[in-house]
Amino acid sequence: MTQSLLFLVVGVCLWVIGLYGLLRVRHVIRRLIAVNIMGGGAFTVMVAIAVRTDPVDPVFQALVVTGLVVAVSATAFALRLASAEAHCTRRRESRP
Amino acid sequence: MIEWLLDGTLAALLLILAIAVIRASGLYASVVLFIAFGLLLALTWARLGAPDLALAEAAIGAGLTGVLLLGALAHARPERPSNTLYGYRWPAALVSMALAALLIRAVWPLAETTQPLPAQVMTELEASGVSHPVTAVLLNFRAWDTLLELLVVLFAFLGLRQLRLAPLAHTEPWPLLAAWGRLLAPLALVIGGYLLWRGTSAPGGAFQGGALLAAGLVVLRLNGVLPALSWRQWPVRLGVLLGVTVFLAVAALTHAFGAGWLTYPVAWNTPLIVAIEVAATLSIALTLALLVVGEPEEVHP
Amino acid sequence: MTEWLVWLSWPLLLAGAFFFIAGTVGMLRFPDVYTRLHAVTKADTLGLGLVVAGLSVRADSVQAVAVMLLIWLLVMGSGATACQLLGRYQREHEAQQEGRDRD
Repeated sequence: MTQSLLFLVVGVCLWVIGLYGLLRVRHVIRRLIAVNIMGGGAFTVMVAIAVRTDPVDPVFQALVVTGLVVAVSATAFALRLASAEAHCTRRRESRP
Repeated sequence: MIEWLLDGTLAALLLILAIAVIRASGLYASVVLFIAFGLLLALTWARLGAPDLALAEAAIGAGLTGVLLLGALAHARPERPSNTLYGYRWPAALVSMALAALLIRAVWPLAETTQPLPAQVMTELEASGVSHPVTAVLLNFRAWDTLLELLVVLFAFLGLRQLRLAPLAHTEPWPLLAAWGRLLAPLALVIGGYLLWRGTSAPGGAFQGGALLAAGLVVLRLNGVLPALSWRQWPVRLGVLLGVTVFLAVAALTHAFGAGWLTYPVAWNTPLIVAIEVAATLSIALTLALLVVGEPEEVHP
Repeated sequence: MTEWLVWLSWPLLLAGAFFFIAGTVGMLRFPDVYTRLHAVTKADTLGLGLVVAGLSVRADSVQAVAVMLLIWLLVMGSGATACQLLGRYQREHEAQQEGRDRD
């Protein structure tokens, strides 16, 4: 068992744990955290694939670098959507 | 042997923390555990030969996402303690187990097989204008993808602007925190610039440097050292649009006068890549900072 | 000469590890925020300091030593600031709670 294989399996497990959380939690922030854990798992799989060759595979590392930035942008947008939704619901409830 | 002990401990801690994040009894505890998870993930990637990715993950995954989540907690509806986890226990577990088995079977052979792609990158590296393969992939071989990724970040920010929310009340920052932030800011600037500069020949580059600069900006803004950042200010607009503009200008020029869309002429390789990288770093840093601490405009009903 | 330095580094590294473990046990076992902060910051400052000292003795170049010292200083500064903030937040929180109890 190599280091690459160990973290390939860990990445898959993280992704599945995130999925299990996504299926079972209800609060929107918790769901977004679960999606982010899935993302972390997927990135770990890619970093582990990149390290199996020497020198390290640059294509996968490039994918992860851009993926990180895109993931945080998507999370920011989703969180703002969730906040806006909560805001609207509160206003509707306070003004029947 | 000691290497294995470290790898095994890291792997076990990652899995335990991920489960703890999902199962944490309070929303706040879940967010804090997630930040710890992000830092541990960064440590793991540093072990896997990707120190620059680790730095970016520590700044983005743990830092910026952490600030975002904590900020969202203030707006969110409180969670009723009884329904942290709800029904479907066994179906969810079954689906997850089955998927885990399938995926592990799928990735198992990946650790042994090799691809021709890294070797191709290495042979073409000479002609790319930079000597670090990751930067060559990002800004030369797959420059199209990078351009589109910059656009995704820009669109996320523009989408965020459409959702106007009442701004959060900033509490007066404690003087000690502000002082420490002031001390850290030049360091973040120096390290971000260094990462960008290093990117042509060693691990580093626009995305990593931009992420670090964004983290520095967020720290300064939260400490009240920087004034409010808003789309209305023209320097902010310029900074946000600079990366995509320079990238598109280079693409259009190479299309009109050169060999084709984003195919750089050989003699101009390095200066063009450096110009795009500098512009992209500024844009990424500013856009990410705005995504996290940008002031939402006042709501006028 | 180098053999001698490697032997010298071991007690420092072990002492550093001891302080880290003691700090972690303290954080898990101590009853309230203030004592936990005390345990954790001690571990960070002293434990990391000893580990840095141990590694500096073994380091190949002065540059590596300088980088490690810088890291130590930064971690110490962050630790002290964070500790202050947490302690202060806890105190204000308690004051609020007391005020509410009195009403």
